[in-house]
Amino acid sequence: MAITATKGQVGLTGNAAVAYAMKQVNPDVFPAYPITPSTAIVEDFSSYVADGEVTTELITVESEHSAMSACIGASAAGARVMTATSSQGLALMWEMLYIASGMRLPIVLADVNRALSAPINIHCDHSDSMGARDSGWIQLYAETVQEAYDNTFMAVRIAEHAKVRLPAMVCFDGFITSHAIENISLLEDQEIQDFVGAYKAENPMLDTDNPVTYGAMTLPDAYIDFKYQQSQAMMRAKDAAVEVMKDFGKRFGREYGLFDTYRLEDADTAIVILNSAAGTTKVAIDELRKQGKKVGLLRPRLFRPFPWQEMVEALKNVKAVAVLDRADSMNAFGGPLFNEVRSALYDLDQRPKIFGRTYGLGGRDYKVKDAVAVFEELSRVVETGKVETLLKYITL
Amino acid sequence: MEKKEFPVGGVIPKGGTAHEYSTGGWRKLRPVVNKDKCTNCLICWVMCPDSAVIAEDGKMMGFDLDHCKGCGICAVECPDKVKAIKMVEEAE
Repeated sequence: MAITATKGQVGLTGNAAVAYAMKQVNPDVFPAYPITPSTAIVEDFSSYVADGEVTTELITVESEHSAMSACIGASAAGARVMTATSSQGLALMWEMLYIASGMRLPIVLADVNRALSAPINIHCDHSDSMGARDSGWIQLYAETVQEAYDNTFMAVRIAEHAKVRLPAMVCFDGFITSHAIENISLLEDQEIQDFVGAYKAENPMLDTDNPVTYGAMTLPDAYIDFKYQQSQAMMRAKDAAVEVMKDFGKRFGREYGLFDTYRLEDADTAIVILNSAAGTTKVAIDELRKQGKKVGLLRPRLFRPFPWQEMVEALKNVKAVAVLDRADSMNAFGGPLFNEVRSALYDLDQRPKIFGRTYGLGGRDYKVKDAVAVFEELSRVVETGKVETLLKYITL
Repeated sequence: MEKKEFPVGGVIPKGGTAHEYSTGGWRKLRPVVNKDKCTNCLICWVMCPDSAVIAEDGKMMGFDLDHCKGCGICAVECPDKVKAIKMVEEAE
């Protein structure tokens, strides 16, 4: 059902809110192949197209590989392009994800986080977007429906930033965020249009007076130079993200940073965790704080590029850190978030003790008691000065 | 430092650059036209996927061997009553 409210508080699912955000951006082209749990984004958006509420060309394709291929073609042609997917859909886009980023096309994709097969499962974990973490896409993660809605606009600006020009992924939790109704505050269409601005493509293929070639072969004399450029653009994306988030806060009063912290300033122990599970962890923190325990949280929002210096600054006074991953790298050495946070802390002279826990795969509930148990483990580490178990699964 | 001479995203910022790349070296069979038989119908010019048939003033003038890959489509498409194009081994 299409949303008719244009301003103020409204109860929306994560999918409906993101589809509405995309409607407000009014992209030129939206190629998509619906997949659970992101289906409702494509459903809602196709209603907006059918009802004439957007001027977007919706391309229905035969697979996600084709969806991303069409995104690339349309973006190279000079269009502002958006799409949505989940899980196997993102996996099927794999080959094309690297081409989108390598060609420096600022496509925006909503990834509603879902587990990867096998065994088949439609529920939340971060295996899909974590698997794509090296594909050259900017990745923003969201705890709430409000944040997923807001990130959609910021993703457009960061991706299209003149110093960046890389595709961006807006990630939020399947079912937990995508299907739960939350009271959120919508912005007006004109406010969004002013914020994202008109899109000006670089080297559009439809500019026939200035013909260009996309996707040419490069050999050892050039390939690494293009990859270096791309790498530098990803380095610049952090400052661009800060700039865009600041502007968003100034215009709309909702402040966002590279990561979110909760009662971290004086914390002895902290959990680092992505997306909706941060909310559960905050409840545990409030309970433990009432008992006088100094516990806190850091929730990364921008995961690609990884803002490691800022994260180190935020965690340097914590005595012990637990990094909770909703994805397993299947490397017998812990999840992706654990490995990157642990690596970031290495240069500190006085490093916090750190361990990794894998939780909630395939939609397994992560409850307040699970977060409390992790904080209990952390306080034992602080007492003994030793990490007894570096890695393990919880919520089993 | 950014290398300015490399265009962003590997884009080639001008048109017609395929002409600068010689694909003739891939050829195993070379087309040879018998101008005594040729009727200048230019079906070969229309059908050549590499624009390697040279036509001037409505006449078939021969082949651009820097770009002809030797696919033989011209020889097949040359009308049955004419058959003015033959493919010969480059090795010969």
